[in-house]
Amino acid sequence: MSVVTNTTTIGAIDAPSRRNTELMLLGFAVAIPVFAYINVGLALDGELPAGVLGYGLGLGLLAGVAHLVVRRFAKYADPLLLPLATLLNGLGLVLIWRLDQSPRLLARSDFSPQATNQLMYSALGIALFVGVLLVLKDHRILQRFTYISMAASIVLLLLPLVPGLGMPIFGAKIWIRVGGFSIQPGEFAKIIIAVFFSGYLMVKRDALALASRRFMGLYLPRGRDLGPIITIWAMSLLILVFENDLGTSLLFFGMFVVMLYVATERTSWIVMGLLMSVAGAVVVSQFASHVQSRVAAWLDPFDCLETAEPGTNMAFACDQMTQVLMSFGAGGTLGTGWGQGNSDLIQFAANSDFIFATVGEELGLAGVMAFLLLYGLIIERGVRTALAARDPFGKLLAIGLSGAFALQVFVVAGGVMGLIPLTGMTMPFLAAGGSSVIANWALIGILIRISDTARRPAPAPAPSPDAEMTQVVRP
Amino acid sequence: MSELTLTVMRLGFLAVLWLFVIVAVQVIRSDLFGTRVTQRGSRRGADQRSQQQQRQQGAPPPQRQQGGGRQRRGAPTKLVVSEGTLTGTTVALQGQTITLGRAHDSTIVLDDDYASSRHARIYPDRDGQWIVEDLGSTNGTYLDRTRLTTPTPIPLGAPIRIGKTVIELRK
Repeated sequence: MSVVTNTTTIGAIDAPSRRNTELMLLGFAVAIPVFAYINVGLALDGELPAGVLGYGLGLGLLAGVAHLVVRRFAKYADPLLLPLATLLNGLGLVLIWRLDQSPRLLARSDFSPQATNQLMYSALGIALFVGVLLVLKDHRILQRFTYISMAASIVLLLLPLVPGLGMPIFGAKIWIRVGGFSIQPGEFAKIIIAVFFSGYLMVKRDALALASRRFMGLYLPRGRDLGPIITIWAMSLLILVFENDLGTSLLFFGMFVVMLYVATERTSWIVMGLLMSVAGAVVVSQFASHVQSRVAAWLDPFDCLETAEPGTNMAFACDQMTQVLMSFGAGGTLGTGWGQGNSDLIQFAANSDFIFATVGEELGLAGVMAFLLLYGLIIERGVRTALAARDPFGKLLAIGLSGAFALQVFVVAGGVMGLIPLTGMTMPFLAAGGSSVIANWALIGILIRISDTARRPAPAPAPSPDAEMTQVVRP
Repeated sequence: MSELTLTVMRLGFLAVLWLFVIVAVQVIRSDLFGTRVTQRGSRRGADQRSQQQQRQQGAPPPQRQQGGGRQRRGAPTKLVVSEGTLTGTTVALQGQTITLGRAHDSTIVLDDDYASSRHARIYPDRDGQWIVEDLGSTNGTYLDRTRLTTPTPIPLGAPIRIGKTVIELRK
């Protein structure tokens, strides 16, 4: 009975749709890359780049279409996700175009200008984003596909191992070739497996959280509940061994541990997850030469550059790492300015895996921090969406997707900066590569769909007993 | 291109990039909506706080203009339920509107088949005089013996009858 003595009033404020804020930020997010583009042109050739109008219009058009679709089909979605993704994608295009202008890279036989392709991939990515918003009216539909998505993600992960379809590049077998395009199925598997984890954990969270024995301060789950985590661990190790893809296996395992922790609130999962991943990494680094060279390049790149035999994988990895560290060092606090760095000395994969080094050199620490904050904001909005979501499946999916995004940024940025051994993954939205851009736009699309559901004002409460007919006093 | 222009553009770009980050954070800051909790606390503080609350809400309902501090001497300070299932319940009068009815969000929820969901409300007018208004109830609201048709000032101690419940204002 809400009578009298309570001294607290709780009132909900109407949820605004925030679409105009999003439009304003989108305008900003298109203007910044255009400014950067002009900047590169002026620094390199002393004149406005020829494509500035087309480039600006192209990016603006993509952003405009995405905005209109969000306005129409996800009215209450988070206002920041789309502008942040657009800004990162636009700046990625400028970075790639800037590296296309480098004579050092153009002289290489394995290099071809990527900017046009990347613009096309971005368009495809936005098309997929629009498709997600149009088709996925309610994210809870995905719940029906829990086990199908498990199977689908395993198939996607194994595709690069299929003879004739897979295409090993630089030791890592993570690409497949379909009709002239190389596709990285792991990027898509990341999203699909998050659907499986959310659906699975939503059902099993109580069994995992409650049926456990306490041992040395840790809650140990029963063996039968431990099954799935062992399976995923083994799977990610298998990826690591057979595909030489340290990054993806770290991403999958990390995402699963994060989601387990969120679903069960048991710290013991994190402890166990860390122990298992360390054990796995140590074992694999003893055997895989590919991983060994990465670890050597991480521990002391300058020493390893001198000691490694020229021409070997080891020397190559160490040379890359030294160039990357030099790039960051040359950038200093404020950077050399767009187009004036020498990050093209990294040579191989300068515009994909190592694109963050160009940011470090040309925009300096200030720019790197701003980029990391932009990523951080995307992740924050994802986690906020998870907090606001009303259904457990949406919560877990949002936390899984933003956790995967966060892990990917951490693994790539940490690898490039020498915090952890380098792994061949792409910086989301920045790096050249179609699969990554397209998959990340789909990821943002799903997050926007969940945030729309989460932030939509709650429907009017069902008629309560109050609504019973009032009896009429008969005189 | 001169060195100066390039330096200006370099710093300008970083400034613009950071401006975007700051604007984005501001958007997050203004986005923190949801439930708002207002502590009403003691009666003396109620005046200031209710004014703050009005500022936050933008368009305050007119009956909230009057604060507790402006109450005249001899004005009622509490509402007492004297008959019905809620007998003995008191509500402090602090310048807020009191709604009565069977609806769960009423200030006083009446468990009474003869009361309507939103039966009546009691609010102070600009001068601090408490007014009772029938909200189109089925069985009507009675002040003493007369059925209310218009908002009517409540004399101290006069019984207001709603279904089986009787309330009155006291000092």
